[in-house]
Amino acid sequence: MSGLWNSKPKIVGLILAFLLLIALPSFYSSYWITLLTQMLIFAILAMSLDILLGYTGLSSFGHAGFFGVGAYVVAILSTRYNMHLAVCLLSGIGLSTAISAIFGLLVAHAAGVSFLIITLALGMTLWGLAFRWVSMTGGDNGIAGIVRPHLGLPFSLNNPLVFYYFILAFFLISLILMTILIRSPFGHSLKGIRESESRMRVLGYHTWLHKYLSYIYAGAFGGCAGGLWAYFNGFTSPYDMDLTASIEIILMVILGGPGTLIGPALGAGIIVFLKNFISAYTQRWLLIVGTIYILTILYAPQGLVNLMKDLWERRRTGNREGEERQFAENRPGIPPGESADG
Amino acid sequence: MRKTGRGSRREKVRMDKRDRKNTPSIYAPDHKEITPCLALEDLSVDFGGLRAVNEVNIKIASGERRVLMGPNGAGKTTLFNLISGIYSASAGRVIYFDRDITKLPIHRRAELGIARTYQVTNLFPNLSVAENIMMACQALSRTKFVVFRPLSSYRRFTERCNELLREFGLWDKRNTLIKNLSHGDQRQIEVAMALAEKPRLLLLDEPAAGLSSAETHDLTLLLKKLDPSITILLIEHDMDVAFEFAEKIAVLYQGSFLTEGTKEEIKANPIVQEIYLGAE
Amino acid sequence: MSNFLLVQTLNGISFGALLFLLASGLSLIYGIMKIVNIAHGSFFMLGAYVGLSVILRTHSFVLGALVGGLSVGILGLAMERGFLRKFPLQPLPQMMITLGFALVFRDLALLIWGGDPYTLPCPKILQGSTQIFQAVFPVYRLFVIGAAAAVAIGLWVFNEKTMVGAKLRAAVDDHEMAGGVGLNVPLISGCMFGLGSFLAAFGGVMAGPIFGVYPGLDFELLSLAFVVVLVGGRGSLLGSVVGGILVGLIDNFGKALLPELSYFTIFAPMAIIVAIKPSGLFGKE
Repeated sequence: MSGLWNSKPKIVGLILAFLLLIALPSFYSSYWITLLTQMLIFAILAMSLDILLGYTGLSSFGHAGFFGVGAYVVAILSTRYNMHLAVCLLSGIGLSTAISAIFGLLVAHAAGVSFLIITLALGMTLWGLAFRWVSMTGGDNGIAGIVRPHLGLPFSLNNPLVFYYFILAFFLISLILMTILIRSPFGHSLKGIRESESRMRVLGYHTWLHKYLSYIYAGAFGGCAGGLWAYFNGFTSPYDMDLTASIEIILMVILGGPGTLIGPALGAGIIVFLKNFISAYTQRWLLIVGTIYILTILYAPQGLVNLMKDLWERRRTGNREGEERQFAENRPGIPPGESADG
Repeated sequence: MRKTGRGSRREKVRMDKRDRKNTPSIYAPDHKEITPCLALEDLSVDFGGLRAVNEVNIKIASGERRVLMGPNGAGKTTLFNLISGIYSASAGRVIYFDRDITKLPIHRRAELGIARTYQVTNLFPNLSVAENIMMACQALSRTKFVVFRPLSSYRRFTERCNELLREFGLWDKRNTLIKNLSHGDQRQIEVAMALAEKPRLLLLDEPAAGLSSAETHDLTLLLKKLDPSITILLIEHDMDVAFEFAEKIAVLYQGSFLTEGTKEEIKANPIVQEIYLGAE
Repeated sequence: MSNFLLVQTLNGISFGALLFLLASGLSLIYGIMKIVNIAHGSFFMLGAYVGLSVILRTHSFVLGALVGGLSVGILGLAMERGFLRKFPLQPLPQMMITLGFALVFRDLALLIWGGDPYTLPCPKILQGSTQIFQAVFPVYRLFVIGAAAAVAIGLWVFNEKTMVGAKLRAAVDDHEMAGGVGLNVPLISGCMFGLGSFLAAFGGVMAGPIFGVYPGLDFELLSLAFVVVLVGGRGSLLGSVVGGILVGLIDNFGKALLPELSYFTIFAPMAIIVAIKPSGLFGKE
């Protein structure tokens, strides 16, 4: 995988981050380990939205709905039926995938603003279920008492460090799977749809189907993040999946840089960190998030990662305009004599 | 992880490379063309109260090079949109190699071998040249739904892409983003993308739009070198390019078919002169 | 039984009337300026809060409604002028900015008015109930239906019969042409945004005595407003009316008959309409 990237600093940076993620937490207090765990869970969620928003160009305003579905399935199955972790998680992913398959039929024909509105309404419909179907979901009070089960391993998931590595594994697997998705022919088609859906159809792409599948893939990963969240938090409520939650995920993607996967993961880390950090000092979290949003759109709409890429390229080529910016991460134009994996 | 479930119910319309090679000889260039490539029968389209294309009848033989001319607003691009499927006809039929495609969706027509370029460049601005062309190379293949293999591992696409990059002299610019390219380069890529999947009918909508005379000259040379078995319908405003390229010319005026004929006939036609000189 | 039916129907229509007030502004802004205003629900809520403060101080409901509506209308105008103008004809960044503002407004409201829910005091003349056939029904709710109807008629007249309405439609259909003909498109856009925001805030004050005002009202109602716009069709006044009544009735009967699945019951008609006619019942194209 690393062979496909053409910039040294990126490879170095990623390896460094990887090592840090593995090694560093052992030195920290459980507060920081827990915070990092939360960041990773939301990183999975943000990356799942990036597939839709950053790569396919579809702004989904109801993505937290799938997060909530995953969380509630785990919550209900584990607290009420004492099911095994694997069953709960897989069911959570399964149900969110199924729901996205149904919802997808309604949204896949839409684009741009109408996609936004429909997904917003659908997301709130899921919220409404969580909020009002009290007998099943506990309503406003949510579901508490989700325990991390004993997996028959020598260490317990209740140890924050152990749970951290558990989540880290999920994060890395998700990252790898999503990267493979993005670099595949299907992933390439998504980018084309983002750039010009009309052109894609004339080329011969059945864009509806691509958008539909993209929506399902995003929903599946979103549900996975939700399930992990239930085990992490021990408690789930409708507030995990309302419009504000969906909006926060979008901010994570936009802040980090849509269409980069790593960017949204970074954005998630920043938002989670800020939320926890700021909430310790003031209640005005929403005000700050809203302001960050506005400032990001005004001054860095391409997101932090892309901003850094631009700055780096400008320094490298010494060209202020960045005219000769070389960008491709995939390099299909491979000179003869080199292997296909370039 | 293929999730296409629909193929079985639909009629198999895609002809991939193997089928095209085994196609009956009426399509071979050295036999007399019996079946026309494209036949428009009383084709019309209405927008609100406005009839933009009015009962156009045109027959184009396989392998023919035809130019579509007419002043602004004559409905030329609208006609292209009808042929490629972007607009649905209000009346009439579009027949492609004896097959009624009037009701066929856009992407299905592309699968049958219809490709087009746009008058206003319609590429993928934030992707590189190579990525743009790759998009076209894999467009008609089933593999575009594959999620578990990297695109770059598909030799047949990367080779076709490299082939096109070299043919169009874009090799050095293959990693440049489209939005950073000159207009002339972009027009070239439009044509390259249309050729990627070896179409049988190529619709070129003012490919020389906005090009300098040198670039136009290069483009004309390129068009002349195209595979003679491809049927080409060209909309062109530039009379010189049109007359150099065409065997037959069809003239549209205010949505209706006016006349058609050879270069000489059209040049000499007084009505054509009037609508063009009057309009310009 | 028919008592129940009558009461619930009237309840549904009065809720629909409020939804119309909210959705009409949204539909207007979306249909005309192609901007999705996520802060629209916030305007509804802010209108109610401002109205509350004014009423508590002046004991005048009318004043509360006017001040609430106007102040938020001006706020909307300011938001459009100061921020949305920076991204002309780019709906997605504009929408993202309104989103940021929605969060900001939510928190400011929390800061100023606190987290407790309030019910706006009902004007004295409209208190009490009246009897319609066998059903006893609050007068205020009937008033709300009437007020919304008046607004609907006013908007229709404004749109169809006046020069301003014609200019608006021209500006919608073709920005450039309208500018070329001498219409001040930015001014018109700004005023439209202000009007839409005013309608939302006015609706908020109207709704105050029935639903009260609390943090969270903004997004709850925003979603319903979007469903109305989806069902009725964007940019269509008739669509907002019909959509509002439909959604109001369905939500109300849903709450009465299937309380646990009530939000979900709105999903069904929305899904059907989106599937059959994506542009809504009365929407264009």
